[in-house]
Amino acid sequence: MSNPATHATVHEAHHELGFVRTYIFSTDHKMIARQFLFLGLFMMVIGGLLAMVVRWQLAWPETPVAGLGWLLTETEGVLPPEAYNMAFTMHATIMIFFVIMPILAGAFGNFCIPLMIGARDMAFPRLNMLSIWAAFLSGGVMLAGFFVPQGHAASGWTAYAPLSAVATYQGVNWGQNLWLISLFILTISSLMGAINYITTVINMRAPGMTFFRMPLVVWSLFITAILLLLALPVLMSATAMLLFDRTLGTHWFLPEGGGEPLLWQHLFWFFGHPEVYILILPAMGMASEILPVFARKPIFGYRAMVYSMLAICFLSWMVYGHHMFVSGMDPRVGMAFTLTTMVIAVPSAIKTFNWLGTLWGGNIRFTVPMLNALAFVAMFVIGGLSGVFMASTPVDIFIQDTYFIVAHIHYVVFGGSIFGAFAAIYFWFPKMFGRMLNPTLGHLHFWPTFVFFNLTFFPQHIVGVGGMMRRIYNPMQYEFLQHLQWWNVFITWSAFALGLAQIFFVINFFWSLFAGKKAPLNPWQSNTLEWIAPSPPPHLNWGDRIPTVYRGPYEYSSPEVAEDWFPQNRSLPARAAARH
Amino acid sequence: MTPAILKPPARDDAGIVDELLAEIGRIPPAPPPGDGGDGERPFGEPERTPFVPNAVLGMLVFLGAETMLFAGLIAGFLVLRYGAVVWPPPFQPRLPVEVTGVNTAVLLLSSLTMARALRAIRRGKQAELARGLALTAVLGAIFLAVQGSEWVRLVQFGLTVASGAYGATFYTLIGTHAVHVLGALRWSGFRLF
Ligand SMILES: [Cu+2]
Repeated sequence: MSNPATHATVHEAHHELGFVRTYIFSTDHKMIARQFLFLGLFMMVIGGLLAMVVRWQLAWPETPVAGLGWLLTETEGVLPPEAYNMAFTMHATIMIFFVIMPILAGAFGNFCIPLMIGARDMAFPRLNMLSIWAAFLSGGVMLAGFFVPQGHAASGWTAYAPLSAVATYQGVNWGQNLWLISLFILTISSLMGAINYITTVINMRAPGMTFFRMPLVVWSLFITAILLLLALPVLMSATAMLLFDRTLGTHWFLPEGGGEPLLWQHLFWFFGHPEVYILILPAMGMASEILPVFARKPIFGYRAMVYSMLAICFLSWMVYGHHMFVSGMDPRVGMAFTLTTMVIAVPSAIKTFNWLGTLWGGNIRFTVPMLNALAFVAMFVIGGLSGVFMASTPVDIFIQDTYFIVAHIHYVVFGGSIFGAFAAIYFWFPKMFGRMLNPTLGHLHFWPTFVFFNLTFFPQHIVGVGGMMRRIYNPMQYEFLQHLQWWNVFITWSAFALGLAQIFFVINFFWSLFAGKKAPLNPWQSNTLEWIAPSPPPHLNWGDRIPTVYRGPYEYSSPEVAEDWFPQNRSLPARAAARH
Repeated sequence: MTPAILKPPARDDAGIVDELLAEIGRIPPAPPPGDGGDGERPFGEPERTPFVPNAVLGMLVFLGAETMLFAGLIAGFLVLRYGAVVWPPPFQPRLPVEVTGVNTAVLLLSSLTMARALRAIRRGKQAELARGLALTAVLGAIFLAVQGSEWVRLVQFGLTVASGAYGATFYTLIGTHAVHVLGALRWSGFRLF
């Protein structure tokens, strides 16, 4: 099957593409990955600023927000209730759909999958290009919502009907419509990505790359793609129904025409629970990838890691009712959802013990990606444990819609997904852009982020148990919350510090992009295939032939070789093999 | 110029679905080994032979997503249908069951002609393929035309999207299905004409 024309075709295929085909309408999975990364980082700035506005209002309610006087001229800088509702709604929407999904699944899904399985590109490169452009379009539509009369959607990121179903109920017309249209387009974008990821992983693996030799991050992205594929169409149907209710006069969620408001909650959470695993699974994969590299040890329990992710994928379809314990659910059904939710904690716990087992006795190198990966593990444990509290109906009914839930979700999606994303950016930046990030700035970014993250979100457990409701405009209105107000001020100062710490990341990212140290081929001495490609890898990734895989991805400190790493594409020399 | 679909397939197992799906992503069909270009196998190197071609697998995966879309819509319909005290709600026109039955038969027939077209090209019979495809497209178009005329009649009888849960579920579900048929029609039709 080997081909004499191979060398001739290499040079043909490497003809220079024009600027537009290289940087804008590119079908190269690595360029699409960079585009997703820039989309996510840009949106993170907006989502982060919205969080600061929310925090100001909670610490010093109804006082002029510093720096917003020019925008809120009518109220002289005071945030009106409608704007507050809009701010927390859009903070969550942007962070979930336009930051974590584009960075974890979009950028690193595109970057890692073909490179780590030894493919030249995705199975459908043009579909891939369509996917990023649909995501840009969706992001544009979402941002446009800020500029329409009455402002952007203000019914929470969960957009519960009937509040979201009739324009006059929340006083927002086109904002909510654009919100729905944007999410509809985004689901199409993610579906195109998911089709590509699944096909690529199944069909395009390099010779020797069996399923059980795939790096765990590829497994996690593959399983994420399955969840995306099956969960997003349900969101699509729900957003279409809600949009029809708002614009065409249908009555899917409006009782006066025979509709059912609870139907929205069922459809939304049937999507929404798998969605939280879409947000966390890639980060789990990244931690599983980074911990062995910097512990210089094989991952503990590779197969257990894979099977636990498959178990999460399977179980995530039967737990969504835990979001609806107070929606008038039959207690027996609630009991069933409590049980399934407790069961889904088991595979997550297996993964946690395996990460600890990987670190145990390891020769740990405390690099910046490693620190972020360790923070992921630690914070995910806290977020996961508070999740077990909520799984239990009696506890959940007490803490439903309080800041305890807000603390939980931030420990999972910031402590988990965002630390995972930072770990991945610090880890793969050299391969992605061909330059090293500055480790000093990296430490200056990591430590304050880690400290102020905990100072911001841990006290939210306390105010939550104290009874502070999620999404309230002014906690000072309630006498029983007034003694907790100093916590809110404390949380807000921490949140500001957390925000400011990100400046080190921005400086590091852009400075290193242009002036960073040139990255060597394999700066972390890692085993996986992407590190044998040039930094950054050229179009079609591998020179004249794709690598052949001889072993699993985590053979660190192997006694069979002199170095403490053993790349997947290196075949064992005959002499060493003879010893067995 | 011969339509691309009438060219012999690149691999004997690639077949027409490959070509049709290539159209979705506008991906050039897989070049024969060693052909260069930016297709799936630019270097004709010995990769693992996939169990099913990319295009077929991609299509199957896509069908999984479509199934979930319809599952969401049908679940919504069932909730409203069985939550209603009386169904169909009073004072609504009866849905045309007979015409819809015949129309469904037309649609089923179109999948039969599609299957025959596929079998024809596997045996290399191009004229038969073109005939089968054309027939499929025509049957799909008939289905949509009949459904469109039924919709016009129902609207004249007073059943609109705004007629409560009955109109909402009917038009949303049937409309989504029509979009699905339209998509199929676009791929088969554009390749043919
Ligand atoms: Cu959940």
